[in-house]
Amino acid sequence: MSFLIGENMTGGYGAADILHDCTIGVDKGEIAVVVGPNGAGKSTAMKAVFGMLSLREGKVMMDGVDITALKPQERVRQGMGFVPQTNNVFTSLTVEENLEMGAFIRRDDFSDTMVQVFDLFPVLKEKRSQLAGELSGGQRQQVAVGRALMTRPEVLMLDETTAGVSPIVMDELFDRVIEVARTGIAILMVEQNAKQALNIADKGYVLVQGRNRYTDTGAALIANPEVRKAFLGG
Amino acid sequence: MTDVLNTLALVSNFIIVPGLAYGSQLALGALGITIVYAVLRFSNFAHGEMMSFGAMITILVTWVLQARGINLGPLPTALLALPLGIVATIGLCLATDRLVYRYYRQKRASPVTYLIVSVGVMFLMGGLIRFVIGPNDQIFADGARFIMKAREFKQMTGLNEGLAIKSSQGVTVLTAVVIVAVLFWFLNRTRTGKSMRAYSDNEDLALLSGINPEQVVFIAWIIAGTLAAVAGTLYGLDKSYKPFTFLQLLLPIFASAIVGGVGNPLGAIAGGFVIAFSELIVTFAYKKVLGYLLPTGLAPEGLAQLLSTDYKFSVSFMILVIVLLVKPTGLFSGKTL
Repeated sequence: MSFLIGENMTGGYGAADILHDCTIGVDKGEIAVVVGPNGAGKSTAMKAVFGMLSLREGKVMMDGVDITALKPQERVRQGMGFVPQTNNVFTSLTVEENLEMGAFIRRDDFSDTMVQVFDLFPVLKEKRSQLAGELSGGQRQQVAVGRALMTRPEVLMLDETTAGVSPIVMDELFDRVIEVARTGIAILMVEQNAKQALNIADKGYVLVQGRNRYTDTGAALIANPEVRKAFLGG
Repeated sequence: MTDVLNTLALVSNFIIVPGLAYGSQLALGALGITIVYAVLRFSNFAHGEMMSFGAMITILVTWVLQARGINLGPLPTALLALPLGIVATIGLCLATDRLVYRYYRQKRASPVTYLIVSVGVMFLMGGLIRFVIGPNDQIFADGARFIMKAREFKQMTGLNEGLAIKSSQGVTVLTAVVIVAVLFWFLNRTRTGKSMRAYSDNEDLALLSGINPEQVVFIAWIIAGTLAAVAGTLYGLDKSYKPFTFLQLLLPIFASAIVGGVGNPLGAIAGGFVIAFSELIVTFAYKKVLGYLLPTGLAPEGLAQLLSTDYKFSVSFMILVIVLLVKPTGLFSGKTL
């Protein structure tokens, strides 16, 4: 059983279900990627794991503890970090203040964590006193990831972090994600750039209409001719 | 040369000095509106009455102090009573939030609902205030009336025109500077202040970061109450205290907040001075100035006043309309702290 797992999740925002018996999970030090066509419920599955959506059936377990009933804020305290797809930085705050706010729930000295984030994203150290709203798209995403890392989470969840950034920036972001995973953090991410994401994935989930279609290692999914043809553009 | 100096003295006496004082009062009022707007996301029409309430409590306490012979020497006794006025106004804000606004917050009411609710609160507070202190003018300023008298200035400089600085004007500007400095320090340097700015910037992300909205709202009311009590008392000291004037004051205060960019504290301050100086510049009679500056014989016979002072409130209204048409986000594009 995975360190973090959403098992047999069924639910949606209103009366109609979006997820049907969907299962996604990730282990520490691992990168799990959720891919699928538009409207497949990728982001919804991620939100369900984070508690932003109430499940009708299924449960979310972290480290063997059932956390299905916890609110998102409580899950953050339990060691989950979440980077939303949009509006994921405080635009009118400086980079450094963004990171400080990420560490808001920490009462101890978080300066060493900030140093680690600056080591991971050197450009942020350079722009620490600049407003986050004045940064480029890629730099903004780095702030967003850095903000989520400030609580020293055990699981980091990224919702389409590379959406709308250039291919070069995307590669760089993925490199950073690998580095974060190497520190022992479990990474669960939803991606539009399916092929590139599966390349770095230990585990891949292909969702279609809220259901698990294929589940395998990233490499195996890329090698699978059906997956290639239907979801990775040949 | 003397003519130019006389003009300077004249303009200082009738525009610059009163403008600085009035601008400070408007800025403090607009800051309160902006803080509430940034955090609770509604236009608080009851802010004028909150100012009135703070001033009223300060006056009542001042009377008690005066009756006991306690004073601050040359400074107005009201300054000594002001902390109690602040505490009472904060109490009023928190009680109103608990009894009224919290209900609508939990219902996630629309900003328009909030606005109407705050109008209701405004009438209730206004009624309460007139019930306690009556609708009449109250004078509570004491201590030295002037820092500099017009006659002293004339003797000192030998100019025709006098420059008077009332102590209430000096106190107003100094207090405003201190309050604004403390507020900006709080918002930009403290953890709680930054969390308020974060909450105002992006509510969802603030929740994700573990910022407690109820705590942010609590602090916002404390700040708004403090600003209101200080602004109301300073206005009362400078002019006089009359409950109904605070209803009229609401327009220039809102105009200040909007002109600067509602939600932006720097904008509120800038807006306060823009409105204050515009009112004074437009309603000032330029007859004497022209008399000094134009060659003899060319000075106008009339007052050369653009607008009678009776219409001074229309100035803020005009500016408000122009800003909303030309740059609706205000000078300092608002919405966040």
